[in-house]
Amino acid sequence: MIEFATLLERLAFTPSRTMKLALLKEYFTMAPDPDRGYALAAMAGSLSFAAVKPAMLRALAMERIDPELFALSYDYVGDLAETVALIWCPDAGQHTDMPAPSLSEVVHTLERLPKAEVPGVIREWLDACDASSRYALLKLITGSLRVGASARLAKTALANIATISPDDIEEVWHGLEPPYEALFAWVEGKAPKPDAKDAPVFRPPMLAQPLENVDLTTLDPADWRAEWKWDGIRVQLVSTPGGERVYTRTAEDIGKAFPDILAIMQDLGSRVVLDGELLIMHGSSVAPFSDLQQRLNRKAPTAPMLRDMPAGVRLYDILFEDGEDLRSLPFDTRRERLESWFARLNPPRMTVSELIPFSEFGELAKLRDAARSEGIEGLMLKKADSPYVPGRPRGPWWKWKRDPLTVDAVVMYAQRGHGKRSSFYSDYTFGLWRTVEGKRELVPIGKAYSGFTDEELKFLDKWVRDHTTKRFGPVREVAHGLVLEIAFDAAQYSKRHKSGVALRFPRVSRIRRDKPVEDADTLETFIRAFL
Amino acid sequence: MDWLELKPEGLFCAPGAFYIDPLQPVAHAVITHGHSDHARPNHTHVTATPETLAIMQLRMGEGRAGHTQQPLHYGQVTSVGDMQLWLAPAGHVLGSAQVVMEYRGQRAVVSGDYKRAPDPTCVPFEVVPCDLFVTEATFGLPVFRLPDPAHEIGKLLHDVRLFPERTHVVGCYALGKCQRLIALLRNAGYHDPLWLHGALLPMCRLYESLGIPLGELRSATVAQKGEMRGGIVLAPPSAIADRWARRLPDPVVCLASGWMHVRQRAKARGVELPLVISDHADWDALLDTCRATGAKEIWVTHGREDALIHALGKMQIQGRALRLIGYEDEDEDLTTGAPA
Repeated sequence: MIEFATLLERLAFTPSRTMKLALLKEYFTMAPDPDRGYALAAMAGSLSFAAVKPAMLRALAMERIDPELFALSYDYVGDLAETVALIWCPDAGQHTDMPAPSLSEVVHTLERLPKAEVPGVIREWLDACDASSRYALLKLITGSLRVGASARLAKTALANIATISPDDIEEVWHGLEPPYEALFAWVEGKAPKPDAKDAPVFRPPMLAQPLENVDLTTLDPADWRAEWKWDGIRVQLVSTPGGERVYTRTAEDIGKAFPDILAIMQDLGSRVVLDGELLIMHGSSVAPFSDLQQRLNRKAPTAPMLRDMPAGVRLYDILFEDGEDLRSLPFDTRRERLESWFARLNPPRMTVSELIPFSEFGELAKLRDAARSEGIEGLMLKKADSPYVPGRPRGPWWKWKRDPLTVDAVVMYAQRGHGKRSSFYSDYTFGLWRTVEGKRELVPIGKAYSGFTDEELKFLDKWVRDHTTKRFGPVREVAHGLVLEIAFDAAQYSKRHKSGVALRFPRVSRIRRDKPVEDADTLETFIRAFL
Repeated sequence: MDWLELKPEGLFCAPGAFYIDPLQPVAHAVITHGHSDHARPNHTHVTATPETLAIMQLRMGEGRAGHTQQPLHYGQVTSVGDMQLWLAPAGHVLGSAQVVMEYRGQRAVVSGDYKRAPDPTCVPFEVVPCDLFVTEATFGLPVFRLPDPAHEIGKLLHDVRLFPERTHVVGCYALGKCQRLIALLRNAGYHDPLWLHGALLPMCRLYESLGIPLGELRSATVAQKGEMRGGIVLAPPSAIADRWARRLPDPVVCLASGWMHVRQRAKARGVELPLVISDHADWDALLDTCRATGAKEIWVTHGREDALIHALGKMQIQGRALRLIGYEDEDEDLTTGAPA
């Protein structure tokens, strides 16, 4: 545990990616099996201990500390594991000579321990560790490492040992299980590449670059295909003899949240890997993203959710069919294969994303600007002869998003951020003017915590501190004195908000220091313009 | 206690007609220590320890550190009006003092900033039993149980040995933290010359003249880049990740502050090697001290007062938050980015 804790500490404070890779590589080379495998699993988020819940850790901490003091500390530190690690007072009378547990001891113990005994064991471990190891232990067992090293970075470090590409690891990854001994043996040259065989592994997806600084007049429209860019979640559907999976584009397995899709794939029994957009669909119409968000927020959907928010997939591409790798074929050919597969099987709750006919890019620009309907984010341009290449190559695919909508709103409240931003007031609630019984007042319409530069964040943080009028715990109410231009993707009516409206993906696009607050937008004009 | 009151200028002792660490110029100020948020310029009459007066003189220049000055040694009692006043060591920085006031059989103590951890550069904190204790609460949360500073110095020296080709630049406040770090390094057996940012040197010279030896100190500002390779450089926190640090060969950015105890704070500052060394009382020290004074009433000047007052309540001690605006921990700029 101590080596792992040291690694986490150094990763947290090392700003440079190169250094992080070096630290990870060193750890993976030096640490023994199976500890290193569990460390990798922790970083990749593939360890989970059902019996360990944040609430349980909180309860353990509460045995030794007053709840009020715990709440104030948590609010200040901004991270549960770190709060518990720092606040924990080892029970001086007991366990004084017990050593800190090893990674594998922790994993193996939690795997077989009856749920009721888990808190007691964790208490003993916390007593045996110092603050730094307590932090590592808590991060490990809550499965929320986020320690300055992503799964991708860890896999890249591993790939560096063998001078292979991280995508090579990605392709076998989902056929493997912690502690990944076969994987380590492969990268160290002691064993052949693990054979994914029939396992439903993830294939790194092909992503598009934003269409910026591209002179469309230099492109020949005949070489290009256009599709709508749907506003859902990009997914990869994998169906093999080894099972079915629904992956996000970051290789997260979200099948449990979408049993309706898994069931359809099972029924089809076709061995394919498909690329598409996950949407909530009522017939052929796409529901607002917030519905999909609700489904995503649940580990497993309730029966009413499955009924009222049925999922569907709009298919973009086909990567494998009956074990045949189609990725090196041109887009047009893959498209024919996709259409013919679709025509043969006619899968329910799936559609093929239509190609938009056009003869010049100007037509597309008009279509893009006119498309205000739910579920469309913009357009995709794909080169007709483009093979399916993992990553985000520049050139073959472009995403051409609609311009965001904007509104000028007044900052009303601010809250400290979490994690790296825990010292900054970085979450801003903003509002618009409305007139109630002849009195003009501000009503909040949303919250934004992104879109600004580090410099702008410093300014906003200082502004909030200098203009605080009231404090409610971590929240500060501020004087009505600053206008923010808020960009957002869509507006919708909402019963949950006092104003009756809600924004999709609001972010700060500009700080309008020049604009008097009286001139910020009104709720009335907002509703007229966007709803 | 009704003879100590809060006014816009600061904490006011009515029977003695003086303010303690006032925020604006006043007729009579009693100053606990030399940090600029506590010792402000242009008071008419200033009472403080001789060390604090010397520090104020150095920082403010002639004439601004009080038109008249009354040096008061620790324990030396003086009468002001019909009350008694004396100063007791606070262990925060050189010359730092608690203000002890006695009036009509009641005793009030204002701690100023203080710590209980050992510090080779100043006289240790002395517990003065009292009826009212006015404390700070910079680290007034139970997550702040700070490690032994010797352990942190060990961490730094280990890193220096590990990366002999890099330069360790340690951000530290000019008054107190800087000299304490130097003394801790010397105590740990590190006797190489230390390289100092220009803003830190004058205070070190003053400490030396007041009898605190600091070993060989050199100016980092005029040094050749290569000379400092493998060495330790001390600089104000604002300089360590700024353009000034570009003169250093492959610097490891370190910061010595109690805030470094919370890792997201250290991360937010881009610190590569956080050193948890503080000149303030940590959580346990705050509670121990409040308890040890025997005071039935505790006022909290500034910091994370909510938690401290809650914990005092559990000990049947009544706490009150003064929320004195303007007293910032000298390291607070580390978290807000405001100028030091």
